[in-house]
Amino acid sequence: MSRIYTIKDNLVENRLFLNRIAAAFITILLLTSGLVIRLIYLQIVGHEHYATLAKENSIKIEPLEPTRGIIYDRHGKILAENLPSYSLELIPEQISNMDDTLRRLQNLLAIPNEKIEQYHKQRIRQKRFTSTPLLISMSDEEVAKFAVVRPYFPGVDIHARLVRHYPYKDLASHVVGYVGRINEAELKTLPIAEYRGANHVGKIGIEGFYETELHGKAGYAEIETNVQARAINILNEVDTEPGANLYLTLDIDLQKTAYDALDTFNGAVVAIEIKTGGVLVFASRPGFDPNPFVVGITNNDYQALQASDNQPLYNRALRGLYPPGSSIKPFIALAGLEYNVISVQHRLFCPGYYQLPNASHRYRDWKKGGHGAVSLTEAITQSCDVYFYTLASMLGIDRIHSFLQQFGFGEKSGIDLVGERSGLLPSREWKRNQRNQSWYPGETVITGIGQGFLQISPLQLARATATLANKGNVVTPFLVDKIVRMNSIAPGPESHGKTIPLNPVNANNIIQGMINVVHSARGTAKGISKDIPYQIAGKTGTAQVFNIKQDAKYNEKDIEFKLRDHALFISFAPADDPKIAVAVIVENGGHGGSVAAPIAGKVIRQFLGDKK
Amino acid sequence: MKTETRREQLQPPSLLGNILRKLHIDIPLFIGLVFTSLLSFIILYSAGGQETGILLRQAARIGLAFVLMAVLAHIDPHQFKRYSTLLFNIGIFLLIAVLIMGQIGKGAQRWLDIGFFRFQPSEMIKITTPMMIAWYLAEHPLPPKSKQLFIASLLTIIPTLLIAKQPDLGTALLVASSGAGVLFFAGLSWRFILAIVAALSGMAPVLWHFMRGYQRDRVLTLLNPEADPLGRGYHIIQSKIAIGSGGIYGKGWLGSTQSELDFLPESSTDFVFAVFAEEFGLFGCLGLLSLYLLIIGRCLYIAARAQDTYSRLLAGSLAFTFFVYVFVNIGMVIGILPVVGVPLPLISYGGTSIVTLLAGFGILMSIHTHRTFLPN
Repeated sequence: MSRIYTIKDNLVENRLFLNRIAAAFITILLLTSGLVIRLIYLQIVGHEHYATLAKENSIKIEPLEPTRGIIYDRHGKILAENLPSYSLELIPEQISNMDDTLRRLQNLLAIPNEKIEQYHKQRIRQKRFTSTPLLISMSDEEVAKFAVVRPYFPGVDIHARLVRHYPYKDLASHVVGYVGRINEAELKTLPIAEYRGANHVGKIGIEGFYETELHGKAGYAEIETNVQARAINILNEVDTEPGANLYLTLDIDLQKTAYDALDTFNGAVVAIEIKTGGVLVFASRPGFDPNPFVVGITNNDYQALQASDNQPLYNRALRGLYPPGSSIKPFIALAGLEYNVISVQHRLFCPGYYQLPNASHRYRDWKKGGHGAVSLTEAITQSCDVYFYTLASMLGIDRIHSFLQQFGFGEKSGIDLVGERSGLLPSREWKRNQRNQSWYPGETVITGIGQGFLQISPLQLARATATLANKGNVVTPFLVDKIVRMNSIAPGPESHGKTIPLNPVNANNIIQGMINVVHSARGTAKGISKDIPYQIAGKTGTAQVFNIKQDAKYNEKDIEFKLRDHALFISFAPADDPKIAVAVIVENGGHGGSVAAPIAGKVIRQFLGDKK
Repeated sequence: MKTETRREQLQPPSLLGNILRKLHIDIPLFIGLVFTSLLSFIILYSAGGQETGILLRQAARIGLAFVLMAVLAHIDPHQFKRYSTLLFNIGIFLLIAVLIMGQIGKGAQRWLDIGFFRFQPSEMIKITTPMMIAWYLAEHPLPPKSKQLFIASLLTIIPTLLIAKQPDLGTALLVASSGAGVLFFAGLSWRFILAIVAALSGMAPVLWHFMRGYQRDRVLTLLNPEADPLGRGYHIIQSKIAIGSGGIYGKGWLGSTQSELDFLPESSTDFVFAVFAEEFGLFGCLGLLSLYLLIIGRCLYIAARAQDTYSRLLAGSLAFTFFVYVFVNIGMVIGILPVVGVPLPLISYGGTSIVTLLAGFGILMSIHTHRTFLPN
């Protein structure tokens, strides 16, 4: 570059440069105006929008789970409570490698694969940054093991939670029920606002029926959080309202007596306080331990319960349907008196069998050779089948149907439990609708001794017995006596208050027959009347599991246990001032008098003994 | 120009004026810079989680930068002109050294470790590039002819590409604009400027082809940040929320929820403007922009009053580059430009940029305070 060419015109350059300075300044001002326009757009036009977003960013609504109400029996004994328990919980968003973390936890604490799967299922439906339990009810050893290595597990922590506990385990499992983890179907029906912080919901029994009351009202806290969702500050807190405590009419000690008395048999015992309808005993054996259901029962254990021949998950007292057998006889007899078909004095001759006119089929009596001439009271006492075959034929199925219906057979009692079944009280109409067949006279005959189509649940039987003892004032059974909230006490369910118009004389005649069942020398349940200062009215029943062929001799030792008859017994006491009605069904128990009646006897003695 | 010189000559120098003249400090510029630095402390205290540690480190850095500025202000601009070529060549050499060391090591390499302190050659290049081009163009009559244009462009593109390869897109952009600034003030014809703008927009697809994956992502993110709200769009979304929620008056000092609660990443460095806008609102932003405009205006005034071509071109370019800093940073934070690593000048925490920036202001002061009052 030679200097020869660098002849500069200072004036031209000067003007050019000053022009450029001016142009630059104008450009800068224009571009800056662009920034200002954008700022105005963000800070004035978009202000509200962005302010809302900023709030949502930093304020998190943390649901607070209410404490579940406690369930007591009538004497204040705890049937369901909340115990503190340690659980291992994970916050997925704070874990960088979930698979690795789970694998390490599995090695450390020997967690079964199933729990991992359960955890995955539950975590999917959680909101972001929600602590979700992997293990519930950790042992002290597990807690200690994890505590040592905790720094190596970011996002994993041990939390103290309240876990539902059922101290009586299998004893009252069906009636108290249990809570379990919320499943997909429940998630759709439950009010989402109340269950945001909840993992559990009542599934069956009282826990299920009174879910709303027991659950309480959820609260929430508005928490200011940072980007890691760590709480910085609590802005506002709406307290939870703890769930109501429930006081049942159930007497857990009486329940234990009944449950123990069933011993190795499968069966059900229902006892009702006649004056109120409060259920004292609601036992179904075998039961099951509900506690594993709370923490998440393993698939194997659940399959085992499901597959068991004894069906421990089956609530026999509520859902079990049995033919009532001879326990129906007092009601048939009362129908005979009420419809004036027979009189108390009228005697029928029992040759040991009954034949319909123009038919060859013989309906056999349980006593070979028959009872001879029996009155109505004697027929009840001795459980003469021929008497009731005859009476049923005379009444006809229509009258039997409409009379028994008043006692609650064939319909739900309305007890405060979910899953009750109505059983079956057959009628012409039913048979035509369901089977498209007409009613045969022979079917009326066997209905008279509680066989055939008739199907009743233990609860229905107890209810009907209580109504009979109550001289026709229909008893509505219920379990919850009081719903106790923080500052109020509400009663349990209302009773129907229906009354069957009965002639008290007729009722007393039936009751006399039932007293004789227990207290007379020829009574079928005379074994339980020893040394008691009051009278028990009862009726035994034996329900055939299968039909015995004509003329075949029935020998219970020869047949397989599962085919043995069900033993039934209905009773109430004291007979002159009834306080408690008890229905007992012992599956494959054989004779009502020898197996079922003593169980009712124990319950009555304990209850009335208490009362003295 | 002669009359102006005479008038200044006639003014009796006051005592204070004399002292400042001896110190070679330009008062308006100095006041602007001090104000901005004070704002930096105020906003960093809030953005940095009210820690004093960050303030002390920033104070040390600013202190050092002011000392460097004062030292440079004392040097006669003719010395800068004299050493322009040498300094530029050293800068290029260091850039290449850094690149080679980066190849030997792995990943991005911007630093040169010289025993007790680490040095970023790309920072030095920000100043030596306009110095070099100003020196070259000042040797020739203005406006530059095509040969000079070509060489000047080459002198700009070489360091730009070397820095872009590091990769440091932000600094490359600043270096490129410093070179372009010199050319603009040298009188690059408007037609040519328009042609370049057109060519650049035409070359966008080609540029796109050469961009690295993350650089493309930044452009895409700008166009639609909501497409990936928790990933790449997160910065822009959170920063827009911060600015927008500030409104007209702001949430007040220390009132930023976005940065206080850590929703806004890099809240003390590249995204500090979002915190400022959230706490001081539109009024605060207008104030800050005015302060920047005052500084830039003063720099342009200094350029206009400079006495030789080299000084004018260098001063004009430094002023222009400072504005590019402001515009690119704020533009990125408010979501109208892609995210490139350019700090908010004088306010963002850390980086060596604050030292470089004040070195540039030192040169500007030197230019302004070394004017001779008698024509030579």
